Parts: sequence; C-alpha cells; structure tokens
Amino acid sequence: MSLRDKVAVTGIGETAYRRGATRSSTELQLEAALLAIADAGLAPREIDGIIPIGITGAPAEELATNLGVAELRYSALTPMGGASSIAAIQTAAAAISAGLCNHVLIAAGRNVTSGARAGVRIHQMPQFHLVTEFELPLGAIAPAQLYAPMARRHMELFGTTSEQLGEIAVTVRGHALLNDNALMKKPITLADHQGSRMIADPFRLLDCSLESDGGAAFVISAADQALDMPQPRVLVSGIAEGHPDSPSAITQRPDMTRLGIAKGAPRAFAMAGVTPADIQVAEIYDCFTWVVLCQLEDMGFCGKGEGGAFVQGGRLRLGGALPVNTHGGLLSQAHMLGLNHVVELVRQLRHQADRRQVQGVQLGLATGYGDLGDGAIAIMRRG
Amino acid sequence: MAETSKPAPHPSPLTQPYWDGTAQGVLRIQHCAACGKPRHYPRYICDACHSFDTVWKDSTGRGTVHSWTVAHHAFHPGFAGELPYALVVVDLEEGVRALGRFAEPSGNGLRLGLPVRVGFVQGGGGFALPVFTPEG
Ligand SMILES: [Zn+2]
Repeated sequence: MSLRDKVAVTGIGETAYRRGATRSSTELQLEAALLAIADAGLAPREIDGIIPIGITGAPAEELATNLGVAELRYSALTPMGGASSIAAIQTAAAAISAGLCNHVLIAAGRNVTSGARAGVRIHQMPQFHLVTEFELPLGAIAPAQLYAPMARRHMELFGTTSEQLGEIAVTVRGHALLNDNALMKKPITLADHQGSRMIADPFRLLDCSLESDGGAAFVISAADQALDMPQPRVLVSGIAEGHPDSPSAITQRPDMTRLGIAKGAPRAFAMAGVTPADIQVAEIYDCFTWVVLCQLEDMGFCGKGEGGAFVQGGRLRLGGALPVNTHGGLLSQAHMLGLNHVVELVRQLRHQADRRQVQGVQLGLATGYGDLGDGAIAIMRRG
Repeated sequence: MAETSKPAPHPSPLTQPYWDGTAQGVLRIQHCAACGKPRHYPRYICDACHSFDTVWKDSTGRGTVHSWTVAHHAFHPGFAGELPYALVVVDLEEGVRALGRFAEPSGNGLRLGLPVRVGFVQGGGGFALPVFTPEG
C-alpha cells in the first residue's frame, strides 16, 4: 500500500508574525489551530487526531481540552526539529489511511521573545546530550556554529561561494516583500548580504533565519472526504522522512555535506511518480541559506556540488524556473518551524497566493530540516 | 555570575574516562573491547557487533582538518571576551572525528587536510578541552 494521494491538506491557518507577541506560545498555537480548522470548514470538536509541533507549545491533551475535541482517537509526536511538521504529515497520512482517525490537526506556536533563544533551546533537548557535553563547552553553542562546518566543507570541496549563498537571501527577501504577513519589509542587495556582519563563518547575518513569534497550523483529512470540504483540494502525493548517518552529531557524520533528506527524497518522488523536473514551486526549509542549497542537491535538482551554480541567475525567483520560498521563508517571513512552508505551498496550489502566485501551478513540494540533519519532504498537487 | 561563566561538561559514567584523560593531557577514545571498533562520542554499545564491553585507548592526538568555523558572535556571554575563536573538526588517525579549538583564533591557515596535533586548554568548570595546532 502506498500513501500516494491518500490524504489532503484541507485547512491552513497562521497568526500574524511579529516580535514581542503578548500571547503565549500555547495561545498562538490555539489561535492558528482555530484558523486552520475554520478554513477546513470543520468545527473544533470534529478534530480527532492531533500532532503538536515544537518543544514550546502545548501537548495534544491540552490542545484537545482547549478545543473541546469530542473524541481524540490519535495523537503522536514527531520530534525532528524543523522537519517535524512534514514528518507529522507522513504520520497523519498513515494513521488516516489505516482508518484510525479522520481529521488530524498539526499545530505549532512560538513565543521566543519571552522564551529561550536558539543557543539555549538545542541544549535542552535530550537527543543532543553528547553535543551539549562535548561541543558546547568549546563554544559551539547555536545552530549557526554547529552547521557552519558543513557549509565550509562544501565551499572548500566544491567552490561554493558566499555570493551564491547571498543569492538565496536576496531572492527570498524579494518574495517576502510580496507577503503582507512577513516580518522583513525592506529589499536587500547582494552587497547588503556581503556587508552584513559575520556570525559564524561562512554564515553572515543575512544567511541566518529570523527569531519571531507566531502560530501556524494545518489540517490533514482523507482525500475522499476532502472533496466535500470547502477549499480546492490539495493532495499529498509523496511524503517521506530521512535521517542522516550519525543523526545525533554533525561532527561524526561520514559525509557532512549530505543531509537526511537525501535518503527521504527518492522515496517521496517515487511515491508521487514525479521527478524534480516536474516541480513548479518549492518551499524549502531555510534556517540558513546554505541549507537550501544543500537540500536542492540532496533532492536531485542538481548534482552534489552543483548547488552554487544552480541557485544563480534568478532560477529561484518568482518568474524563474523553480520559484523557492515564495512566502519569504524563515529567512524573511518568520521562523515558524517550517509550518509556514506547508501553509504557503497549499496557498500556491489553491491559487490563493495573491501577488506572489506562481501562475497555473499544479505540483510543488515543501521540505523540513532539523535536529542536526533530519529531513522531511512533502510533494503535493492540486487535484 | 553564573550567567557569564562558561558552560561546563557534565560527565556521566559513560563519558568520565574521556574527561579523566583530558585532565591528564591525553585524548582518550572509546573502543569496542570485542571487535576493536573505535567510536566517538562515547556510546553504550558497539554499532558493529553490539558488545557492551568497552576499552579506552590513548589517541596519538594527530589528525587532519575536516572542516571548521570561526565564531564572530557570542551566543553565550561566557565567550564574549574571546571573539573571534575558531572551532575545528579533525579526522583523528584512529578513524574518528574530534571537535576542538584551533590554536589560531582567527582561523588563518586553515585548509582541508591540514595536519594538526592536539593540546589542551582550560575551559568552563576547570575542564581541559582539546585545542589543535598545526604540525611542524
Ligand atoms: Zn564491536
């Protein structure tokens, strides 16, 4: 049995993204959940599966209690950092296809203004205890510092340049300017990128994603039920997660330039019966610019080491051959753990993306990346 | 005060021999006592033969540079006074990798394959941490 086209994303919701939110992460999670459930044409009590995302929001029980869920038949966790929300789609698809439940809510809320920042959060997670013991004391604290050696090795092996990383930052910023719910409102140039201060070589400030507050959510339902729901149907055609070798420490990874998505992407493309050349829009997890470039290689859009040239020449811009992060991504819209990538892909495939709509788009993908290399990929189509 | 002191390792029975080694100026690597496979960071069992039996062996401390980064932003106040500093990933002769500081904080001179040798510097909590210096 394949999960191809078995489920659809039937509802999407996101709060306003900002810094300094007054609502807690759980309140933001609930606000987004209510929006997504209403978008699906459902009442909150009809949700019967919940997969909460992130370490700062509420567990399934608390969401069910607040939403007045009549009968929670299924709950799960997919603790893969920024890959969690797309890994959750796989879990939801399996559960719905097996008849365990009908409508799964996947929701996250973040209030990083009042909570722990990036350099602290990772060391609170038990799966990273060896990184915390052996790397943190050396001053390898935040994701920027832990990921930078992957990018540096890629640059040394393949000649990838900082300007090529900057091309991604500039492209995604341009898309954010077309999105009213994006934090970043000013255009940037390649010179701005090159002039931004170094954080952890080779990552400059404009290679790094935002810290922001907000909530995002979506609802997964059985494909046949989605036909009777209000929104244009967006089917999940291919779905997979992938874990890198040495998942718990980047330093010990045999090939530091290959992420977990390299293992998952072939499964997702095979499930969907399509190839990278068929993809018309891609919402790619962009905690750092280089992570976008590496995922493009790992998914097979180009060969290993060819990502630098691939991202140049406007290919990733709206109007280019492969528009990427049309919402502005984590780099320029908001850091919503990649749920905003799913929300945007669904908007694009519903043809509800307003000024940033990719004209006539029928097939696209969203990816997640997190927890030092875990990956997930969802290929979706309008239908 | 605790806010600005550097983070210290919290050794467990699994990792204590490593830190006993660095305190004596030796980089110790865990090996499988059954099949001999080296592993770093320490683990409970061997992923090749699944034996629980381990033996700690002294590393030569020599290796080559696999990759690096240079930190220009302090994500923890304890490191604010040390910027910039370089972190280097080293392929040790034993066949495992280690992370350490690079002796030249600007990272000048770093390249893939650069031969290096381990030494130690005092870090948070008085623990000795590896620092790598170019050979010769
Ligand atoms: Zn063994």
